[in-house]
Amino acid sequence: MESVKPILEFKNTCVSYTKQTMAVKYVSAAIGRNTITAIMGPSGCGKSTLLRAVNLMHNLYQNIRVDGEILLNGENILSMEPIDVRRRVGMVFQRPAPFPTMSIYDNVLSGFALNGIKLSKGEKDATVERCLRSVALWDEVRDVLNKKGTFLSGGQQQRLCIARALAMKPDVLLMDEPTSALDPIATKHIEDLLVELQKEVTILIVTHNMGQAMRISSKSMFMYLGELVEYGDTGMMFSNPADERTKAYLTGKMG
Amino acid sequence: MGQDKLMLWVICIFAALTAVPLVAILGEVLLRGWDQLSWEFFTEPTPTAYRAMKAIEAGERIPGGIANGIVGTMLMLGMAVAVAVPVGILCGAFLAENGKSRFAQVVSYLTDLLQGTPSVIIGIITYIWVVVPMKGYSAIAGSVALCIMMLPLIVRSTEETLKILPASLKEAGLALGANSARVMLKVQLPAAFGGIFTGVLLAISRVIGETAPLMFTALGCSLVRWSVDKPISAVPLLIWEFFNDPNLQELIWGASLFLLLFVLTLNLTAKYLAKKWNQ
Repeated sequence: MESVKPILEFKNTCVSYTKQTMAVKYVSAAIGRNTITAIMGPSGCGKSTLLRAVNLMHNLYQNIRVDGEILLNGENILSMEPIDVRRRVGMVFQRPAPFPTMSIYDNVLSGFALNGIKLSKGEKDATVERCLRSVALWDEVRDVLNKKGTFLSGGQQQRLCIARALAMKPDVLLMDEPTSALDPIATKHIEDLLVELQKEVTILIVTHNMGQAMRISSKSMFMYLGELVEYGDTGMMFSNPADERTKAYLTGKMG
Repeated sequence: MGQDKLMLWVICIFAALTAVPLVAILGEVLLRGWDQLSWEFFTEPTPTAYRAMKAIEAGERIPGGIANGIVGTMLMLGMAVAVAVPVGILCGAFLAENGKSRFAQVVSYLTDLLQGTPSVIIGIITYIWVVVPMKGYSAIAGSVALCIMMLPLIVRSTEETLKILPASLKEAGLALGANSARVMLKVQLPAAFGGIFTGVLLAISRVIGETAPLMFTALGCSLVRWSVDKPISAVPLLIWEFFNDPNLQELIWGASLFLLLFVLTLNLTAKYLAKKWNQ
């Protein structure tokens, strides 16, 4: 398994908000294709910051610097155009953010519309159905595709956002605590969905919920104060953490 | 009686006092103007002083109305809105996106200053800039003055509305690989539509009663006119003209009532829409 070339690789990745403070410090890790990797750690440890470095979200803010390398299929993201990176690396946010003025149908296709890509009616219908089916939302919304996306429940909205990201056929899907605003049942739906989805996309998920990491991820990262403390098989990490800090976090003594 | 209760009473009394002027104004104008409102009042232009005098002597109602003013006001507002809305929205979008740059801060500060500029000064400046080169008063000149007055209001309301949209909306758009112009055009501005539309309505209601800048630019005209390069009338201008002509003073109240009701309707519509869109 280790011989397979990683799809995503962090090499001494650093993110700094000001010259003095580094939010992410020299992280190195290789992410295997079609896996789910959980990033855990107490609040403020830099996990979201690391995640947002992958689709160059930090470029939006002038004072944030990203150093080191992040390789996507061997190519350094940091020297690529943000637009090219973001088409290959999708993102799902903490709070469901369907575009409020668009219908469910248009939300799924918004990636194409926003990039000025024209599709035929047939292609549109097929894409909408494929993406909504892959997030298990098709049967629930097939008759209300013209209603606004915000008309759905929180869990449905989040699945719509995942469908919207999948429509662009990304290599990697970044998820920033995608279930923290959802109830347990909706959370369970999304977790089941992610396990299914890893067949088509590599998932990197930030989570506060250790149970969630345990349930869905094959590998886990534990971050603390900007450092990657431990990275390995999720099962191993939970049963036998190598680092004292990981142990303290997992047993609830920290965080 | 406890101190809290006393304080509550004082606050309530002062709150009621602030409502008194509006109620009093509305009552006075309604009482005096209601009788004047008729079909002709809205369809006929202003009578000459001579016709009005004859009617008064004969003990009849003053003939004619304020159609010339209504047409002029609408024409000038239409032109002002056509320019101020796109320019103001683009400027507001720029400020909301690049608020921290030096240039944006300067623009923002100038917008504040423009908003505080006395309308009479905007009038005289427009006179120098537009009326003098065009060699005459015109609806165009009037609309330029109104446009300048509307701009800062539209800029501000656009900026404020865009700023309160959740950041995740913009980031979600960018995360799909779109450039920021497309995200602004297809995601942020549509999401902010309610607030921006409300801002435009309030800007219109703010300038519709402006008299001073129109004195320097539109001048006034007793005919119903549709041409944009000739002097033209406006409802607030008519009120001032009626006040200055002893024979036409009767018409002041009808014109005032029309203006007041129009502004109130715009304000209430804006409030209603803002509430509806915010749900």
